[in-house]
Amino acid sequence: MSDPIDVSAGEGKRKHEVDPPDHPNSVGWTHPRRIELATETNPLPLLSGRLFAPVTVEYELYGEISPAADNVILIFHALSGDAHVAGWDADWERDGRPWRNTPSGASWWDRMVGPGKALDTSRYAVLCANVLGSCYGTTGPSSTDPATGRPYGLSFPMVDVGDWVTLIVRLLDHLGIEQVLLAVGGSLGGQQVIELGLAYPDRVRGLAVLAASARLSAQGVALNFAARTAIVNDPHFAGGHYYGREFRPDAGLGVARMIGHITYLSESGMETRFEARRKEPDELKRQLFDPHRVLPRPPGGYRGHNEFDVESYLSYQASGFNERFDPNSYLYITKAMDYYDAARWGEGCLKRAFRRAQGDWLIASFTSDWLYTPAASRTLADALAANLKPVTYINIASDYGHDAFLVEVDVLEKLLTGFLEGLQR
Amino acid sequence: MTDREYLEALVAGEPDLVTAVAVLGRLEAKYGRPQARDGERWDHDLIAQLVPRGASVLDLGCGDGALLERLIRERECRGQGVDVDQEHILRCVQRGVPVIQSDLDDEKLGFPDASYDYVVLEETLQTVRLPHEVLGMMLRIGRKGIVSFPNFGHWWIRAQLLLEGRMPMSPRLNQGWHETTNIHLFTVRDFEDWCRAHGAVIHQRFAYADGQVRLLVPGDNLMAEEALFVIGPADSNTS
Repeated sequence: MSDPIDVSAGEGKRKHEVDPPDHPNSVGWTHPRRIELATETNPLPLLSGRLFAPVTVEYELYGEISPAADNVILIFHALSGDAHVAGWDADWERDGRPWRNTPSGASWWDRMVGPGKALDTSRYAVLCANVLGSCYGTTGPSSTDPATGRPYGLSFPMVDVGDWVTLIVRLLDHLGIEQVLLAVGGSLGGQQVIELGLAYPDRVRGLAVLAASARLSAQGVALNFAARTAIVNDPHFAGGHYYGREFRPDAGLGVARMIGHITYLSESGMETRFEARRKEPDELKRQLFDPHRVLPRPPGGYRGHNEFDVESYLSYQASGFNERFDPNSYLYITKAMDYYDAARWGEGCLKRAFRRAQGDWLIASFTSDWLYTPAASRTLADALAANLKPVTYINIASDYGHDAFLVEVDVLEKLLTGFLEGLQR
Repeated sequence: MTDREYLEALVAGEPDLVTAVAVLGRLEAKYGRPQARDGERWDHDLIAQLVPRGASVLDLGCGDGALLERLIRERECRGQGVDVDQEHILRCVQRGVPVIQSDLDDEKLGFPDASYDYVVLEETLQTVRLPHEVLGMMLRIGRKGIVSFPNFGHWWIRAQLLLEGRMPMSPRLNQGWHETTNIHLFTVRDFEDWCRAHGAVIHQRFAYADGQVRLLVPGDNLMAEEALFVIGPADSNTS
């Protein structure tokens, strides 16, 4: 028999390595909090022009906010993320989130956040909120439209990264936080950091943008479009009103997730991890690679899925995602990702946009990331430099592609602890 | 027979070379070979004195950020570094020094013209592939430029090539020819020639010789182990 394949994680560095809840470096058991931040009398003005209400936001807060509220680290999550950054969700059962009760799915950045970790919850208060349009407690397409009593589906308003930041500022107001010490996020989370820095420059002291750029490339938009097409063309999509039906567009969302995961890994990283290895038992493998065999391929007709390790990896990712994500949310959030362009703050000119920037900026890219490339991140650093703003740009050597911002914990720890020290000097 | 003995035999009766060999021999007898010194780099104190309080400073090839940290803390400068090495970037971040990871040879820097009071090339110019372009960039971005470099005209360097027939090494130039990062070595005289030829104004020049920092004087192309120049673009005469 061949070795069992660990499809949940790569070799060497593991993406998810959640410390057990009783570990001294773990934030332990966490409780999601919910707050209504927009009501009929105080609706949220969206960039689309619509005034939207009601809006409930799910967020998590670890550590203690200091009396001066000057120790807050605000984390922005990426496309498929949520507010549950670290630790173990005590309420997973109540909220129907069984994947959070597993070591690989307990939380998404546990290696970075906790007592004694890079974002040290014994010193800092760490805050993260789920974005508008998502499906993890914040109002989204699966929420009930009070006007109809049914889920919004595709009548949910289009959302923008700018709307997410407006909402986050409402949350900061609610919590009495005038200025966050550090805002940090990777990928789409990094774009929220940029947007916070440009829309509300005085609300943030330090800004760490990981694996992100001012806007997604045409290639990135293309891949998002392919992913959305897979969802809307799924026969079970039903115009987005699949809620409560027997079938969801899981096949479509699965393909979307596969496309996503391909963009998160690098070519060489994939090669190292999967080596085009097949899943067959060793005996069959020997036959397949035997040049003297008359039939170099298995007899019979077309062989289906999961012949290669990388196939079973993607299938695993797709089915896991179907358990925990709403296809409509995928449409909305990838659209927001496509729309975003930080240059809108400079009438289309990125350099002009960054005139309004304040605070200390840290831009980090990863050498093998082809979704948000180092060159694109470098453009951000140059726009800051052009305005003589203090900026640190680092292009971290990594084979992990776009995923590196979740995986390269050691170098990120050095980087962020150093950056935090600098902010408080 | 060593190279030196062979050379002396070969040049017998040729006064210029004989003189050169004799001079180098006397210098070696008087000063001995240059010794490595511990502690902070010699030019940090000098640069900290040269740069006015509150100035803006761009350090190209800032290394671990030690100089910029000092300028930011002691001189209240607005500092920005540029370096190519990831470990250096991490050290800079730990020091609270903003730094852009960039290869001076390959990438354009987004800083506007005349946007910094000082641009520093501390022991960096001889390591780049395109020194001419980097100096041009320095004079574009900076109202003044500070360049420090190992002087390849130093007598000990000359003696090694002339008398030993080997690529010279010194405490500063301590990597062999096959692995050195110092790929564009030059002398005090070479640098003065470049400034003259390209319209750069030399404001000040300093020498590091025999463990001392002093104003550079004639003859220091032979005596200075290292040199530091303050230069500026052609129209910066007024300052």
